[in-house]
This record gives sequence, C-alpha cells and structure tokens, in this order.
Amino acid sequence: MRTDGLARIVALHLGLVLLLLALNWLLPEYHRGVFSRILVLAVFAMGYNVMFGYTGLLSLGHAMFFAAGLYGAGLTVYHLGWPAPAGFAAGLAAGLALALAVGVLALRTTGVAFMIVTLMFAQVIYLLTLYFTTYTRGEEGLVLAPEDRFIALPGAVLDPTDPSTRYLLALALFAAALAATVAIVRAPFGRTLVAIRENEERMRMLGYDVFANKLAAVAVSGVLCAAAGAAYALLFGYVGAGFASIQYSILPLLWVLLGGAATTLGPIVGTLAMFYVVDVTSGYTSAYLLVVGLALILLILYFPRGLVGTLRERWLPWLP
Amino acid sequence: MAAVTPLLSTRGLSRSFGGLRAVDEVDFDLPAGEIRAIIGPNGAGKTTFVGLICGRLAPSAGRVVFDGRDITGMPAHRRVRAGIAYTFQITSVFARLSAFDNVALSVQRRLLDAGAGRPGRARLEAGVDRALARVGLAGHAATLAGNLSYGHQRLLEVAMGLALEPRLLILDEPTQGLSDGEIAAFIALVREIAEDATVLLIEHNMHVVMELAGRITVMESGRILAEGEPAAIRADPAVQQAYLGG
Amino acid sequence: MSFGPHLLLATLEGLVTSAVLALMALGLSLVFGVMRVVNVAHGEFFMLGAVVAWWVASIVGGHPAVGFLAALVVSPLVVAAVAFAAERLVLRRLSYEPEATIVATIGLLYIIQQLALTFYGPEARPVEAPFSIRVTLPWFGYSGYKLFVIAVAALLVVATWLMLTRTRAGLLMRATQYDRETAQAFAIPVDRVYAGVFALGAGLAAIAAVLIVPIQQAHYLMGLDPLLLSFIVVIIGGLGSLRGTVLAAVLIGLSDGIISVFFSPTLAKMLATLLVALVLVFRPQGLFGTAPR
Repeated sequence: MRTDGLARIVALHLGLVLLLLALNWLLPEYHRGVFSRILVLAVFAMGYNVMFGYTGLLSLGHAMFFAAGLYGAGLTVYHLGWPAPAGFAAGLAAGLALALAVGVLALRTTGVAFMIVTLMFAQVIYLLTLYFTTYTRGEEGLVLAPEDRFIALPGAVLDPTDPSTRYLLALALFAAALAATVAIVRAPFGRTLVAIRENEERMRMLGYDVFANKLAAVAVSGVLCAAAGAAYALLFGYVGAGFASIQYSILPLLWVLLGGAATTLGPIVGTLAMFYVVDVTSGYTSAYLLVVGLALILLILYFPRGLVGTLRERWLPWLP
Repeated sequence: MAAVTPLLSTRGLSRSFGGLRAVDEVDFDLPAGEIRAIIGPNGAGKTTFVGLICGRLAPSAGRVVFDGRDITGMPAHRRVRAGIAYTFQITSVFARLSAFDNVALSVQRRLLDAGAGRPGRARLEAGVDRALARVGLAGHAATLAGNLSYGHQRLLEVAMGLALEPRLLILDEPTQGLSDGEIAAFIALVREIAEDATVLLIEHNMHVVMELAGRITVMESGRILAEGEPAAIRADPAVQQAYLGG
Repeated sequence: MSFGPHLLLATLEGLVTSAVLALMALGLSLVFGVMRVVNVAHGEFFMLGAVVAWWVASIVGGHPAVGFLAALVVSPLVVAAVAFAAERLVLRRLSYEPEATIVATIGLLYIIQQLALTFYGPEARPVEAPFSIRVTLPWFGYSGYKLFVIAVAALLVVATWLMLTRTRAGLLMRATQYDRETAQAFAIPVDRVYAGVFALGAGLAAIAAVLIVPIQQAHYLMGLDPLLLSFIVVIIGGLGSLRGTVLAAVLIGLSDGIISVFFSPTLAKMLATLLVALVLVFRPQGLFGTAPR
C-alpha cells in the first residue's frame, strides 16, 4: 500500500520485543521456561510462514528443516566437539543445503503433489535419523553436556543452562528472525512472493523468474527453521528423532493457521496461543492430540485467517 | 520493407497440439514503431502465435528473433525483461492487491533491472502514478483490483504492461467487453503508447483495427493468409471470403 | 532354510501385505480420483476398523469364526458411517478445496487417534483368526488364514472393480470423476456421490484392517505405516488410476516383503520413500499411469 506506516510497524514490533524482554524479570520461573521454548518454536513457525503464508506453498514436511538445524548443531557439538557457535552455523548450513536440494526437486510439482513430496522427503530424513542410530540414538536422542553448550564471547561466557540467559538468547534469536521477516515482507522480494502466491502466470509475464523466487523462499524458510532447530539443540540440550517426525511438520502449520498466515506476528501469536491452550486443557484431559485435531478443523472451517489475520482484515489493515 | 532489420521476426514458426497444427510455418516481420493488428476467425491460431512470441508456449519448430537476437529458447520471464510485454486476453490482474500494488510489481521489475539497487519508495510511487495516469486510473490507486469494473481491470492490465516500458507491447483482444466510450479512449491511448513502443494487437473489433493499425496481418488455420495496409486488406477478395463477411 | 524356500516364504508374506495394501490403497485412490481429496485420515480409518473389529469380536464371543464374521460386517459399516459424517460435516463445507481438505483430514487423523487412545487404550490386542489350519509345504508349514486373506482381498478387489464398471453407482462415480461440472449438468447428485465414495473408501480400509487383525494386533498407532505405504502405492500406480493402484500394491507389497526379509526395514522404507518422492517429481502420472489429463 502507499500508506507506508513504517514508523508504526517498527514501533509495534520493537514494542513487542521490549515487552518480551521485560517479561524476563516479570514471569514466574515455570512460565519463563515455557516462553523460552515458545520463542524458539515461533521462529520455526515464522520460517514456515514465509513459504505457506507469503508464497502460498503448503509444505507437509517442514520438520526436516528443523531437524537439519537440530542435528547439524547437535551432532557437530556432540561428536566433533565443535564450540556452540560453530555448531549453530553448521545447523544453518545443513538447513540451507537441504532446502536448496528439496526445493529444486519439489518445486517441479504443485498443489497436492507438492504437499505429498515434501511429506515424503521429510519422512526420508526422519528414517535417516533412525537408520544412523549409532550416531543419533534415534528416538531416545542425545543429551548435550552443559559445558559443551557454553557460548564463549570475548570477555564473557554465556551459559544456556541458566534460565535467564536461555530466555534472553531465545529472545535474541526471535527478535532477529522477526526483523528479518519484516524486512523481507516489505522488500521487493516479499511483494514478489505475495504476487506469485496470487497469480503465478501473471508474474512470469511481468518478467519475474517464478522458480528462482520460489526457490529463494524455500531457502529462507529452510534457514529460519534450521536456526530454530539449532537453537533448540543448544539451548535445551536435547536432540531426538521425534523432532523430525510428521507431527513436527504439522505443528508449524497449526501455529501459523491459528496466528494468521501471511502476517509477521501470526507465528508468535499462534505458537503462544496453542501452547497455552494445550497447557490449560491438559489440566482437564490428557487428550492433547484431540485439541490439536479439533483446532485444525475448526480453524480451517470457521477461522481461516487466524487471529492476527482477522485483526488485520477487520481493524488494522496496515499490519504487515 | 527489406532495408531495416525488423524488431521482431519469426521464421517457420510452428506449434502443434496433438495432430492439430495451430500455428503452421509462419514467417512474420514486424518493423519497429509500427502498430500491427492480427485478425482472423476464431481458432485461426492468433493467441497461440503471440504465445510463441512471448514465450508462454514452446514452438514445435521454427525461430523467433527479437531485436536481432534469437530468443527461441529463452524463457518467458527473460523475454519480458528483454522488452516484450504481454497483456492477457482473459483479464489476469492480482485481484486481492490494490491497483497501485498491481502496477508497482511492473515498476519494481523495471527499477530492479535498471540496476539502481533497491528501488526507492519515491521512484516506485512516481512510476506507478505515471502509468495509472496514462490509462486514466489515477483516482483508483487504492482500490482492490478485484473490485474495479471490468473495463477498468482491462485498463489496469494495460497499465501493468506500460509500466514495464516495453519495446514491444502485445495486446490480446484488449477491447473485448469494453463500452463504446471506453473503446474511443482506448484507441487514443494506444496511439500515444505507439509513440515510444511497437504494438502488436489481436483484435476482433474491425473499427478498432481500421482506426489503429498501420498494417494488418490476416491469419487463418495457423497460416498467414494476407498482409498489407488496412485499405488493401479490406479490398482483398480472399480475406473477404475467409473472414470479413464472405 | 536354503535360499529358495526362504524366497517363497518372503513372497507369501509379501502377497499378504499386497492384498491388504491393495484394498486400502484402492480406497485412497477412489477418494482421490473421484473427489480430488487427499485423505490423510485414511490410515486412521484403517486403525478404527481394527479397533472396532476387536470390540465386536470380544462382545460376540463363541467360536472365533462367528466373532470374526460379525466384525467383517459391522466394522466396515461403522467406519463408513464415521467417514460419511466427516464428509458431511467438514469436507463438504470446505467445498473440497485441496489445501483446506488436507488440513481438515490431518485434524481428523489426530481426533480419531486420540479417541482410540482414550477409549481403547494403548494396548495392542489381537482378534482370534476364524480358523487355524496350517498348510504343510515341503519346507515349512504356512498359515491357512494368511492364504485366506490373500484370496478374500483378491475377491474384494474384483468386486470393487465390477461395482465400478458394471453398476449404476459405479457409472455415477466414474462420470463424476471424469468431469464434475458436466456430471452435475446431467443431474448426477454429485454431492451424494462424494459422500458415498468417501464412505466406500473408508469401508475398504476397514475391511483391510479386519483381515489383518488376526495377524497383526489392533493398536491405536497402527494407521501411520499403512497410510504411507498406500500413498506410495497410489503415487506409483498413478494418482486416481485403479488398475495402476492394484498393480502397484502387488509390486510394493512383494518388494516390501522380500526386501524386509533381506535388508534392514528402515533402510528399505527410506529408499522406497525417496524413490516414490522422485517418481512424483519426475513422473507425476505414476509408473503405470498414462499421460496426465
């Protein structure tokens, strides 16, 4: 839109980050722990949103990108003794490489075939983690020793096992990913992706290389998800095959749908809401999957724009 | 007209669908600066022919040369960037984006190609405003394209083509569904466009064709039946037989 | 055991897998072919079929054959009814839009799975085979029931085939598959055809499950592997092509049986999945399908 609104967009997103920063000292210990996890998983959802929300590519296999980051960081730190920052970089590199490989192949298909192909590639990655169980310990997983996760900075050592440090590191990652998403969405690249989602053939005839742009979207998405995976491994010290399973491909879809696809704040809102819905309902019933299933069906039937999407549609059209 | 190299030419250009030869060994030349109309009965292969030129379809045989370069194997998006813009026969705007954003996609493409780095907001807006003003949609910038009237959507299509600043603008049945008043304005617009671009027009409305075209190419059954100035085409008995009312 | 008999055993085991897989994939393929809906909950219909079979058999009592036969009748009907309701309440309201339906059937998957866990529990429970005859071969004895499964499945595939090609209901389904709008213009009740196809597809999965529970116990997580295998079968066979589906089921079932006797099952699954994904990328009409429509 012409109305730029950059100032209020920056104010809103910065305000959210500052609020989350303040929560480090305000939240009770249990909830601060939950929030650390949510912030990291919200980055996963943000990565998913770049493809599903903005580019209109519904993937059913995003667990593989999270797993690429998780194992890229976890295996290098656990087996090769790499320092945590190098492990994090290895996770990102693994995510990027996987995204490019999967993108080049899967983008030859569209629609239903794309969903199934991504599902199957993710299944291959999952089985890979089981097959190399000697190194990954499969479902049981690896636990990274606390001292291996220390981040050595000039003059200081950050210890992710300390709840406050962990929360702040998670928030730093979240803020970086949020800034990246806002920048992308407002850049020509972001407008290109949205237009490809709306009318691919027209974009081609406006001189845009549709395939290259989609591939770039997959790469950005894959790297963001891998960043979440790598951070999860380093902050929480656990690396297991469960994170590569189908369930972790469905969850980001659910979070993004609930929060609002193609909105910058939808992923964090959706992840946060779903976590606490499950948390609250699990006080009454152990049927956590029932909540997930019902939420998916009700959202798609009655609330396809999600929380932030509806907010934007009704009242705040300037939300990015 | 042999002296100048034409802006666009095709040699032996063919395309079959199954057993049907929709475009059959067409040799075609279009000099720069011309307004050329392609006419012919339904199913004559006109849309297929321009589809081969702008790269939406791949030819079964033959060559397409644009500005002295063989572009036969070039993908559609690169042809657009080389200067061939195409507006769709069936209106194909981004319905859920505003008119401004629709045209901004074209302007952004051009600014990115100009290599000036990230297109600045001001230049983007200036480019969009100019294109919208030229087609008479200046007051509709904020309207969602899907909410524009049909005639306005067609004009928006043209604005998107214009904003690319193409050297060759291909208009596929641009006046279909427009009112008489809109058609008059459209004719004036195309004349103005032709001052800096070559125009290739597929058109059924003979009034529009006779008003605009410098030369006319008549297609039938995938081949070129006749080619010449409007008066000559109007007088050609073979054309009358095949198309004009024979 | 030497190589020859070992291979024969593997082939027989493979045929049992093929038989069950063919029934299940036929249901998935029918639903995709006619409705263009990818039913991710298909595996849960299979699981539900097995759970209901256990429940019916344990209520009926008496000779195992009585319970089994009752299950063979009741279970597909119950599952078909559940599918029918899901189609009416959810899928129809989404106008069968592909992305929305896939999300909805994922939701359905979780709901059915969780309800099974809550009401049936995490245990694996067997249904007794209707008879326990062992067929004696020169090298080893083989379960007569497994041969019976192969035969019944083959019969049912043929019956489905005849239903589709020889009956009025089948004609309506094929007409709807071919061209939905035209079918509607010819006053075919597309709506009811869709509901019927979805119920039929689920029913086929339930029958496959009833046949398998005497061999493999009923468990609330048993749906996932057959779902992925049926996806593989439907893709290799060509999306929506019934003949291709049956051929692919035999191929996949046999190779699965044979490969998993000789290789690590994880490696086999991994390579098969990768191969199938590549088939979908490079030959979307499947190995047995013709050019895309």
